[in-house]
Amino acid sequence: MLSGGATQIFVGLHLIHEVTSPQAFAALKELGMKVRCPDRTVATVDHIVPTTDQSRPFSDPLAEEMLLTLEKNCQNHNIKLYGLGSGNQGIVHVIAPELGLTQPGMTVVCGDSHTSTHGAFGAIAFGIGTSQVRDVLATQSLTMNKLKVRRIWIDGQLNQGVYAKDLILHIIKTLGVKGGVGYAYEFAGPAIEALSMEERMTICNMAIEGGARCGYINPDEITFDYLQGRIHSPVGSSWDKAIHWWRKLSSDLDAVYDDEIKFDASKISPTVTWGITPGQGISIEELLPYPESLEDKDKQIAEEAYKYMKLKPGSSIKDVQIDVCFIGSCTNGRLSDLEIAADIVKGNKVAKGVKAFVVPGSEKVANDAISKGLDNVFKDAGFQWREPGCSMCLAMNPDRLNGSQISASSSNRNFKGRQGSANGRTLLMSPAMVAAAAITGKVSDVRNLLTQQS
Amino acid sequence: MEQQNLKDTFPKGCIEKITGSCLVLPGDDIDTDRIIPARFLKCINFESLGEQVFADDRIEKNGSHPFDQTTNKDASILVVNENFGCGSSREHAPQALMRWGIRAIIGQSFAEIFFGNCLALGIPCMTTSASSIRAIQKEIHNQPNQVWKVDIANCLIKNISREWKVNIETGFQEMLLKGQWDTTAQLLSKKNELITTMNKLPYLNNFKSMS
Repeated sequence: MLSGGATQIFVGLHLIHEVTSPQAFAALKELGMKVRCPDRTVATVDHIVPTTDQSRPFSDPLAEEMLLTLEKNCQNHNIKLYGLGSGNQGIVHVIAPELGLTQPGMTVVCGDSHTSTHGAFGAIAFGIGTSQVRDVLATQSLTMNKLKVRRIWIDGQLNQGVYAKDLILHIIKTLGVKGGVGYAYEFAGPAIEALSMEERMTICNMAIEGGARCGYINPDEITFDYLQGRIHSPVGSSWDKAIHWWRKLSSDLDAVYDDEIKFDASKISPTVTWGITPGQGISIEELLPYPESLEDKDKQIAEEAYKYMKLKPGSSIKDVQIDVCFIGSCTNGRLSDLEIAADIVKGNKVAKGVKAFVVPGSEKVANDAISKGLDNVFKDAGFQWREPGCSMCLAMNPDRLNGSQISASSSNRNFKGRQGSANGRTLLMSPAMVAAAAITGKVSDVRNLLTQQS
Repeated sequence: MEQQNLKDTFPKGCIEKITGSCLVLPGDDIDTDRIIPARFLKCINFESLGEQVFADDRIEKNGSHPFDQTTNKDASILVVNENFGCGSSREHAPQALMRWGIRAIIGQSFAEIFFGNCLALGIPCMTTSASSIRAIQKEIHNQPNQVWKVDIANCLIKNISREWKVNIETGFQEMLLKGQWDTTAQLLSKKNELITTMNKLPYLNNFKSMS
């Protein structure tokens, strides 16, 4: 317990990357301090890397300087850096689970809001700012106030053509982008238990878009199966002991929550955002809402969204013409995402005038996808196959929208200007829906393509 | 220590009150991508961020954005609506606001990571009701250059004639008042307790303690 009543929590895994760490290392140097636990700190490079030509030096001198700074800091402080070409570089929230670094019962932090992803493993994981990165480097701990917990129970199961991304977009659309402020979201119920680890990561990844600092899912057999045999997973007798401990971490069935809410997965359709917050979503069958039909608190932002998106209330989101299709990001850049999209793309061609590209979430995802021939499926259809990185999710690299282009994007944020153009427009959707948009050139219900295929 | 309204003097020590003029930025859910677009995050220090705050919104508004209006140029108190600072965890957002000149923010609600990032810089984010925000906005609109005071000890924002109650959790309030918002030293002081915790964590000892 610290002054002011905050709790000091130990950090089990500190992930760092090139964007939010340089100022923290500079502050550490000013304090004349060393990194407290270099072996609990792991680095990679993701936000600023180009996805076309990754040879060094990068053509952008600022990006090159950021990577050089990270390399120097990691070297000076003896921190493991999974750099470009290491075979394990990638988006920080893709590689940590992939390497077995993220484990149940750990506290995981990173200077990136999508750290909530790691809660899929039964970890307490959240994003922090650069001053806190400094604190964790210096002390391997943080000040934290206790969060309330809302259990989001999902009954039923997702229908064909409806994915984890649709589920989380539906939840955020229902609870709102500020509904989770002050809460951690625990996702539970039969529909969650049925999800793979990669799908669970998609859910927890976007908890922050609903305002919740963390997402969390109880660890179970699916979690343990995923972790077994990974580079940093326990082995031998430690593995058995680890499972024994991990099982005990699950919340009890009769646990008391600060709030509970239920959804039925079987009632959810493919969901697409139409506005400028991730909460402005609609199912593919719905028409865009009239601002006057919305609750007072949602009216002003809806009007702002219509103005920015150049869409009309009462019109359909279906058939909106798309300029750019992006499959990737820490939300949906894993192997299963690419497999699902490839299945839809196979034997089809990208519509005329559409730029479509796939950015694997990590070097491992890329290698696994290539060994399954997915790269050729995408390339044959007219997609570009890129190198791993954050890419156009946030456009801190050469991948960006131009002018008022409209993108179908498997990423997590549709904020104004998010994808690198001050008037660029983003429609968030599942990788399957992005694939469908690429083929048809417009927002389309992927379920129709799946019917044609079967 | 009273905060000086000098743009290059950053918060230090005990923060009891902030005196200065107010700037109104209306709208809910203003995210950190808007406060500082991602392209400006390509930097290894925070120094140039002040000029870049709300870069794209300001271009769009072509000189009429609140951060460009001459009446606001010396403002140190920002008045916002709901869920301000949502989205990305980038500390570049409060850094940009601070380097522009903002020393306190009053709003209906704040996104948590943003709130914590502001606190770590010594910038109090204090909440109040929608009706108080409307009343404060109106007062500022009617007389832009008046002097306001944010009183952290008494949880008030006031001008010469009126005052409104604002809120901040007592723990955070205490950290500001006592000058303990810079957390590194506090965390370091509990070295032994941290080691005790570390000794108990199974994953730090290869799960040996689990039978």
